[in-house]
Amino acid sequence: MEQMEFIDWIVNWIAFVLILAAFLLAFGRMWKAEGPNHRTIALDRVVALDLIGFLSIGLMTLSTIQSGNALFLDAAMILALIAFLGTVAFARYLEKGK
Amino acid sequence: MLIWDVVFFWLAKGCIIIGAAFMFVAAVGVFRMPDIYMRLHANTKSATFGAGFLLIGGVIELKDWIVAYRSLAILIFLFATAPVAAHMIGRAAHFAKAPRWGLLSDEMEDKYDPETHELAGMKNPRKPKTTKSKREKTTK
Repeated sequence: MEQMEFIDWIVNWIAFVLILAAFLLAFGRMWKAEGPNHRTIALDRVVALDLIGFLSIGLMTLSTIQSGNALFLDAAMILALIAFLGTVAFARYLEKGK
Repeated sequence: MLIWDVVFFWLAKGCIIIGAAFMFVAAVGVFRMPDIYMRLHANTKSATFGAGFLLIGGVIELKDWIVAYRSLAILIFLFATAPVAAHMIGRAAHFAKAPRWGLLSDEMEDKYDPETHELAGMKNPRKPKTTKSKREKTTK
């Protein structure tokens, strides 16, 4: 039993560290977005923002797994909706705008 | 302790590790890929896969109906909306003339109408007559 608790702890710890490193990389891409014109640079940042939405959903799921509280999943559901709406709005704006 | 408890324990831990690793791979891809289309590919596929595995791992670990149906709702929503968002971003990047790494030819180059953003020679079935008549009125 003690061994299983240790495995539980170490797996959650590794998953949290991986997702936090992924957050750092996504923010790094947002920091140094590349492109020849401003629309391309903004689209690069939109891709990074989409990834940050996914990573936040993963982090909330991990919090649910660790604490056993299903309220985090409600927040993850709303975040999925908002991230999708934000991405589509940005993409439509950058497609139409000159 | 039953054998099923051990099986579900290791299944849940494996799903959690696989999901977190795929999310990390998605972030590495978004950070390192040379081209916006490749970044989009890394983001959409790997991150959706990682989120799905994390949600499945949570359901197996907690064995709770509240968690299960919320996870199912999030999973269906993510798998339905991620391709749509990726398609919108890719379309906008094509119209913004984003640079393409190692591309030899682009067959979609001249096929779009630059003003209406429709495929040239292909009518939009929803509003064929109104757009045409408006354009004719303004030109004549």
